[in-house]
Amino acid sequence: MTLHNNHSATIPEHTRPIKLPSDMPQSASVTSDPTSNPSNAPQLADETCIEIANFNAWYGSFQAIDDLTLKIPRNQVTAFIGPSGCGKSTLLRWINRMNDIVPTAHSKGTLRIHDLDVLSPSTDVVHLRRQVGMVFQKPNPFPKSIYENVAFGPRLHLKLRRGELDELVEWSLRKAAVWDEVKDRLHAPALGLSGGQQQRLCIARAIAVGPEILLMDEPCSALDPASTLAIEDLLYELREQYTIVMVTHNMQQASRCSNRTAFFFEGRLVESGPTDDVFTKPQQKRTDDYVRGRFG
Amino acid sequence: MVAVLAMCALATVGITVGIIVMLVGQSWNFFNSEHVSFKEFFTGTEWTALQSKNIDDAKFGILPLLSGTFRVTAIAMLIALPSGLITAVYLSEFASKKVRAVLKPTLEVIAGIPTVVLGYFAVLVIGPSLQWLTDGGFDAFNATSAGIAVGILCLPMVCSLSEDALHAVPRALREGAYGLGCTPFETSVKVVIPAALSGIVSAFLLAFSRAVGETMVVALAAGTQATYTMDPRTQSQTMTGFIVEMIKSENEYGTVQYFSLYGVAIALFVITFGMTLIGQLVRRRYRESYS
Repeated sequence: MTLHNNHSATIPEHTRPIKLPSDMPQSASVTSDPTSNPSNAPQLADETCIEIANFNAWYGSFQAIDDLTLKIPRNQVTAFIGPSGCGKSTLLRWINRMNDIVPTAHSKGTLRIHDLDVLSPSTDVVHLRRQVGMVFQKPNPFPKSIYENVAFGPRLHLKLRRGELDELVEWSLRKAAVWDEVKDRLHAPALGLSGGQQQRLCIARAIAVGPEILLMDEPCSALDPASTLAIEDLLYELREQYTIVMVTHNMQQASRCSNRTAFFFEGRLVESGPTDDVFTKPQQKRTDDYVRGRFG
Repeated sequence: MVAVLAMCALATVGITVGIIVMLVGQSWNFFNSEHVSFKEFFTGTEWTALQSKNIDDAKFGILPLLSGTFRVTAIAMLIALPSGLITAVYLSEFASKKVRAVLKPTLEVIAGIPTVVLGYFAVLVIGPSLQWLTDGGFDAFNATSAGIAVGILCLPMVCSLSEDALHAVPRALREGAYGLGCTPFETSVKVVIPAALSGIVSAFLLAFSRAVGETMVVALAAGTQATYTMDPRTQSQTMTGFIVEMIKSENEYGTVQYFSLYGVAIALFVITFGMTLIGQLVRRRYRESYS
């Protein structure tokens, strides 16, 4: 897998300057029992972060996902690929319960993030969405200043002093590799940025609340190639601290920047595994056809 | 054929120009009179155009009428703006289809009530209720009951224009807010309303102009005494109310008293025109493009 870490030079090693909830072991803030996942335990490469089992989802009477079982490992970039309407976005939107706002959407099965039962009616979705950030297909910065966009989440959830908030905003923008481009105009409207900058701003906004998981719904489909490359590099770097799940239509993108790939077709999981395996020696004929571009 | 269409379109310009020419021409007769001075007109606290038979006794200070209009408008805005905006947010963000199906036609019914009916409602229901509640603390005709009725009148307008503005906020912004852990209420207050601000403010300004220009309700319910006060319990002739009274009165065309109505009319025109202008500026300044 070739990766261009052009941006590593522009992201100084910058440890989070202040004590924030997200400084805590990230899994601990999700699990109901914080001791079950101590931060000093050695991280297993394949430690499961999101566990999906026998999961079904519907919009009204239309079944979008049919009996899907998948484990998403921690600190990896997992790509969901498949033709339109295969259920990959639907699954993504169930991981942070974004589908709650779709009145006809309902689901059945198991969807756990560590020990947290995501689908349980008693789950606090506000808390869940703080732990599971989301970046959308089209950049959607709020019509506020760049600074206010990043500060929005922290203002909502944390009581920070002005200086702490400034530091957190800078930290987030640096992490999202957009600081150098916006540092001189933090109070300019976010909608004045280019599409690629807006999308990185949206990533900064998402990580400012300290999530463990980042969901990305075709994050580059509205961007030009250069901006796409910048985001892909960023994803690969963010993997060290976040578990990233990305939906993409772009096979090259999946092969460039994901470690694991899951191929969906008509609401079912056809195949999943390390990205290299899925692309070079797929087990299923349909996967082979799709990654070679024969359909989809 | 195109020429006919262009003529129709130009007619609106012609009408506007005609009105302005008429207003300026007629009010010239007023301001040019030896009995009237600009200084008195803008700063005088007595307006006795109707009461004084003798022109030498007449006082032409617009502040009493302005204060009447201000009292009625302020009360109307106090009623219409918060409840209109809250209703709009509820309808656009929270209401189920069933509730919408009841609320929206109800608002349209209110919007369709003839203002003369609302005026009578103010005189027969709101005024007596206020008197009863305060043990006679209000005059029979007063600024508050007129203001409440004008507020009811403006409510559907504030509501429907604000709802349009809220509705135009892209779903992507709401999802962005939900994705950061906003509750539906936080999403509305912190993201959707600010994003729709230009539309909401111009709805407010339009409602303000409507209230300033509203005539029938105030002519019926606000009373006929022009007093320079901030007390909303007393009789409050407004600028529009005065114009109606003057036209109905026995003052003949050509007297300074009669022409004074044009002086008031041009002041009214300047106020509403200013509001429209500010509305346009606000729109341009705060409009965000989401494309």
